[in-house]
Amino acid sequence: MHSTLSFSRATTVPTTNYAFHSQSPINLRFCGLRREAFGISILTRSSSGRVRLSTRGRSKRISASTGNNGTPPKSFDYDLIIIGAGVGGHGAALHAVEKGLKTAIIEGDVVGGTCVNRGCVPSKALLAVSGRMRELQSEHHMKALGLQVSAAGYDRQGVAGHANNLASKIRSNLTNSMKALGVDILTGFGTIVGPQKVKYGKVGFTDNIVTAKDIIIATGSVPFVPKGIEVDGKTVITSDHALKLEFVPDWIAIVGSGYIGLEFSDVYTALGSEVTFIEALDQLMPGFDPEISKLAQRVLINPRKIDYHTGVFATKITPARDGKPVIIELTDAKTKEHKDTLEVDAALIATGRAPFTNGLGLENINVVTQRGFVPVDERMRVIDANGNLVPHLYCIGDANGKMMLAHAASAQGISVVEQVTGRDHVLNHLSVPAACFTHPEISMVGLTEPQAREKAEKEGFEISVAKTSFKANTKAQAENEGEGLAKLIYRPDNGEILGVHIFGLHAADLIHEASNAIALGTRIQDIKFAVHAHPTLSEVLDELFKSAKVKAPASTSSPISEPVAA
Amino acid sequence: MANVLQTSFLPSTSSLRRPSISGSKGKSQSLQVKAKIREIFMPALSSTMTEGKIVSWMKSEGDKLSKGESVVVVESDKADMDVESFHEGFLAAIMVEEGGVAPVGSAIALLAETEDEIAEAKTKSQSSSNSTPQVVEEKPKQIEEAAPDVPAAAAAPSVPVAEAVTLGSAVHPASEGGKRIVASPYAKKLAKELKVDLGTVVGSGPLGRIVAKDVEAAAVAVPVAASPAKPDPVAPGIELGTVVPFTTMQGAVSRNMVESLSVPTFRVGYTITTNALDALYKKIKSKGVTMTALLAKATALALVQHPVVNSCCRDGNSFTYNSSINIAVAVAIDGGLITPVLQDADKVDIYTLSRKWKELVDKARAKQLQPHEYNTGTFTLSNLGMFGVDRFDAILPPGTGAIMAVGASQPSVVASMDGRIGMKNQMQVNVTADHRVIYGADLAAFLQTLAKIVEDPKDLTF
Repeated sequence: MHSTLSFSRATTVPTTNYAFHSQSPINLRFCGLRREAFGISILTRSSSGRVRLSTRGRSKRISASTGNNGTPPKSFDYDLIIIGAGVGGHGAALHAVEKGLKTAIIEGDVVGGTCVNRGCVPSKALLAVSGRMRELQSEHHMKALGLQVSAAGYDRQGVAGHANNLASKIRSNLTNSMKALGVDILTGFGTIVGPQKVKYGKVGFTDNIVTAKDIIIATGSVPFVPKGIEVDGKTVITSDHALKLEFVPDWIAIVGSGYIGLEFSDVYTALGSEVTFIEALDQLMPGFDPEISKLAQRVLINPRKIDYHTGVFATKITPARDGKPVIIELTDAKTKEHKDTLEVDAALIATGRAPFTNGLGLENINVVTQRGFVPVDERMRVIDANGNLVPHLYCIGDANGKMMLAHAASAQGISVVEQVTGRDHVLNHLSVPAACFTHPEISMVGLTEPQAREKAEKEGFEISVAKTSFKANTKAQAENEGEGLAKLIYRPDNGEILGVHIFGLHAADLIHEASNAIALGTRIQDIKFAVHAHPTLSEVLDELFKSAKVKAPASTSSPISEPVAA
Repeated sequence: MANVLQTSFLPSTSSLRRPSISGSKGKSQSLQVKAKIREIFMPALSSTMTEGKIVSWMKSEGDKLSKGESVVVVESDKADMDVESFHEGFLAAIMVEEGGVAPVGSAIALLAETEDEIAEAKTKSQSSSNSTPQVVEEKPKQIEEAAPDVPAAAAAPSVPVAEAVTLGSAVHPASEGGKRIVASPYAKKLAKELKVDLGTVVGSGPLGRIVAKDVEAAAVAVPVAASPAKPDPVAPGIELGTVVPFTTMQGAVSRNMVESLSVPTFRVGYTITTNALDALYKKIKSKGVTMTALLAKATALALVQHPVVNSCCRDGNSFTYNSSINIAVAVAIDGGLITPVLQDADKVDIYTLSRKWKELVDKARAKQLQPHEYNTGTFTLSNLGMFGVDRFDAILPPGTGAIMAVGASQPSVVASMDGRIGMKNQMQVNVTADHRVIYGADLAAFLQTLAKIVEDPKDLTF
């Protein structure tokens, strides 16, 4: 069975200079998928679901044509229609079915969206390879473990195949899980034609119109390419192309040092490329806690075959042609003066992602996007040009730009379904973890230290920081991977967890103890009594919580205080 | 973090570690008398720590430090620790950069008491680092009296960079006519580490880009390519009981020697009678012909008939048959050795070859050899004959197929086939070769040809 969560790919925090930034506290994107396992367990229903799809599709068209554009229909084809079958739409659809809603999902491309097909999923396959290559190539590491390995090599085609196979496997799992539950998958590009009314169809075919009580927009995003950069898909590429791993250049420039850039630098350097980072901000890895990014730079950048230019824009990138290399013009971010010209074998544009909301028909309901993002309130309800809520219309995931992570989209979708089924729900974005799957991994949840300090100052409370090192962890030492740090930012007065940042072995898996604590409101004085198996990496967090100095006493109503079986 | 540690700052009264600092007399001495410039030492963070890595400098040169302030993060075998200052002053000069490793107790930075002394401290750090063996060798040449072809036991590492030869220039076609240096990220990193000036390196990568192996090759001859030796009367004395780190060149030699262990080599020896050669040498010595040139010429002519001995194995899967026969000859120079290359030794006549050799040796002494003049050898000669060594064996320089160790030519009693006993001059040669490409029979045949040429040397002069 697949585990419930995977995710991530990510993106740079869209760098300030490149067009968009959002107001969300942490502007990172990731993706993930949930509950494929759930769907597979009910596969038996799939055939009936498919039959229903075809019959219903036809009858709908009739009812739609009798409807009147502009006024909400009285009875609906569906309780819920989701436009976009990415991870966000998938998560919402599954939860909607669980809640008894008649649900359809419209997809114009392939099921799974960016995450499964062009993002987190295939990139994890590449990173799994790069992690092993890195390990096998590290003579020092192998020697320390007493292992002898003769030269490690790789077959590019094989690696690319692994990534591709993984994507198709996950995609079919996702499709099957929805079919099994009886979610109608409608093929075509969805357009909102009026309140509670959506048109969908493929180019060259007649459009179908369906109605629903509630509609969720979950159309996601596409790689953002700043102007002046010519993407040819061969030597100047985006993550979409890079994941196919069609060639491994000797020297690749990566524009943007956020999550996507970092993960690809990990892949490329492990496969033998040399990397040059181009970052518009003054330091690499903006968006991470500064202490973590400093440490990460020491481990992930400095000892590797990587150099970097910070505080510069890549204002012009010309693909390789006529025997000339890829040419990159660098312009100083502050003075706007030409600074340098790079000649490399390839350039990967990882400057963030832009919302994919064109052609959604938002003008039909008087909604104006902001830099492409659909404006929403904290309950994901769409706001129109006059600042009013559009009834029955929601937008989740990358398209609203609140937090561009796959699992955040899914969580937002579940939150929306909760609301339309009668339970008010507001997602706490500060409890959504984020991870970067470099070797070692980086993960975080909540606020960074500067953000926490700012908040503390504004609201007049005190904060403290606790840290533990992977060097002290038995399991990490056994793996000979002692490099790493876990950092906790908290309120010493009441024990509230404000943020946790981890850099080290399996950090992405370790973060959930902290994110769950934040989501459930668990305080440090209580969680420090929870027991961790020894020896495990989870003890890094155990030690972290224990090292925090909280003034408040542990809750008296702790469930652990009552012995279950004496 | 923030562990307060002892021993980080001590006044610089003595310089235990570096023998040469005492030689950088005058100025630094007077500074020490004033004791206003202190050295910051690598602290011992644990009882087992012998050396520490500088993780990061929290202050930069010129920054003011107050007592108790963290200056540097040092990585020990256990953890990273902040090291605090025990004195007030200004961080004048950082002597070990971030990422650098220094033994416990060695100076890693200088602390000036006042701002005015920063410049003085900087000079001091430079003078001391110049005489520190870790830094680019700039010692004077002391081997004027030595023969031009002072031989070396182990062949100098010479990495033939065929592409570089054909390009023949550091000009990157797309780098605005060579105004800019185009080097890959790793090449830049290595250059910094090995203290190689990228401006002097010939790029062999795509479009003439400088890649890592170019830097490695150049590192071998950094002292040569670097600025001309400035007269510095530091005696190259050795202080017993000290540990002196490798110079860049010695480091490069060390790396190449270790790398050679990955090549399966074997050796074949041969005794060659040199009476005819000696006679020829006597005859044309007055025309400036040297024995080195004669041997190189003879070897080159033999190689023409045995191209496989002039080949090498670069990737473990194929023969690389070199298009030209470039004879590298190991020469000991101060603090290391280098292999000037006689290019196309088979085609160039013996007189030109001799002049060329003299020119190369002069250049090597003046540290002006260009990369293609020392890293393009396809076959190496190492001669210890002038020291009376009768036989030895040489280590194969990585990137080449074979090296020949030449012993002294000595009068020997020789029994001939017709039952007579006579006196002949004989020298022993011993070839070390890469058995992946060159087999025993190849070497045997080559040596036989070489012996024929040397014993009947009329072809050497055309």
